[in-house]
Amino acid sequence: MSTVRIPPVLRAQTGDLKAVEVDGATVGAVLQALVERFPGLREQLLGPDGDLHRFVNVYINDQDVRYLDALATPVAPSDTITVLPAMAGGA
Amino acid sequence: MSKTYADLLREGRALVPELLPDQAAARAAEGALLLDVREPHEWDAGHVPGAVHVPLGRLEAYIGFAAPDTARPVMVYCATGVRSLAGARTLQLLGYQDVASVAGGLELWRAQGLPVEAPARLTPAQQQRYSRHLLIPEVGIRGQARLLESKVLFIGAGGLGSSGLLYLAAAGVGTIGIVDFDVVDASNLQRQVVHNLERLGQPKIASAAAAIGALNPDVRVIGHEAMLTDDNVDELIAGYDVIIDGTDTFETRYTLNDAAVRARIPVVHASVFRFEGQLTTFVPFEGPCYRCLYPTPPPPELAPGCSVAGVLGVVPGTMGLLQATEALKLLLGIGETYVGRLVIYDALDGTFQELSLRRDPACPACGTDAEARMATTATNGAQLAARARSAQVSA
Repeated sequence: MSTVRIPPVLRAQTGDLKAVEVDGATVGAVLQALVERFPGLREQLLGPDGDLHRFVNVYINDQDVRYLDALATPVAPSDTITVLPAMAGGA
Repeated sequence: MSKTYADLLREGRALVPELLPDQAAARAAEGALLLDVREPHEWDAGHVPGAVHVPLGRLEAYIGFAAPDTARPVMVYCATGVRSLAGARTLQLLGYQDVASVAGGLELWRAQGLPVEAPARLTPAQQQRYSRHLLIPEVGIRGQARLLESKVLFIGAGGLGSSGLLYLAAAGVGTIGIVDFDVVDASNLQRQVVHNLERLGQPKIASAAAAIGALNPDVRVIGHEAMLTDDNVDELIAGYDVIIDGTDTFETRYTLNDAAVRARIPVVHASVFRFEGQLTTFVPFEGPCYRCLYPTPPPPELAPGCSVAGVLGVVPGTMGLLQATEALKLLLGIGETYVGRLVIYDALDGTFQELSLRRDPACPACGTDAEARMATTATNGAQLAARARSAQVSA
């Protein structure tokens, strides 16, 4: 199981969970498992084609998956996946 | 029989070899030490770059610290080449093996067109105010003078801007610009510490200028009571060294990003949400820009601002101080900035997480094509900057 870090703007969809343990051999599989468990996240992360929205970045450990193999990037159980949508708040 | 001044000079010249300034400069280039034996006020008015300063009256006591190796050649200079003879003679008596006096001193040195460095000057009040900076070698008098000549623009005098405005003013950043069109509201005071109860209802730029004026009169505040738009952004940011992005809408962030890339001005970016903050530094063409990080904005329902979601008041303060720290590092050219790194601060967990960011070669703002296009329009930008500087109004 790898760990997915949920950003504060999306925690309403995960029952306020900050981190979720999810199974999956690739980033795409992990995100698919994540949205199946928390259906409210689907629209916020993925477009109708199943691709990541352009305003959401996904990192495996500290690397942007866009510069790896995108959703096909392999995931090991020890990896941490960070979901990072753009934030605008200047308070 | 007592000796005259002329006798002493003659004797000194018989014992101490003299070199012309250009000859001394050549020896210094080969590794000889240049030693300035004038008084501190003369040194402060200008000296040879790389020289070491020990006033003549303190030579015996301090030369051992300044030049511990008595085998290293020493070229001694003063204003006109007289005191340096005495200084060089003293060094000979102290066992220095290769000593010379620079004939004609700094006067002839200048006349020969050799480089002279005029160190930064601070007033006695400034020396006291910035004394803790002056003690740090990475800042020192030169760095402090640079800060006093620097210009930082804050986009927004709100939660992120408040702590940064106060600390950069305290640090002696000489010109602080503020772009804001809002007025001070009671709900701001939970976190926007640059404002206060007495200034409720005032424009935030006036309120911030009052706070800065009460803290440090060295700082000139330039207020722009405006909303940043595509139409005014180029003129508003022109001439600044660093921009602190404390805005709260995506539209403004993209507008600022694109203009800052065009003007090649670094932007220190931060945003906050409840207990979390994000920060990175965008230096155009050195690292990614905001569009490389987020090519498109999210729909509004997926990105609520602080007025909807709330924020723990200290979080924008912390992130604003990190922005101010980045700005100081950029201005002083010291340390490792957050270029290419995004830090996420989680106040509840007490953790900082770091992510790597990359430039997108296809970025419409700073990618390969944009960079080539910009190289051809650089001249226009310089003209615009000159026009905007003359149009700035003091708040």
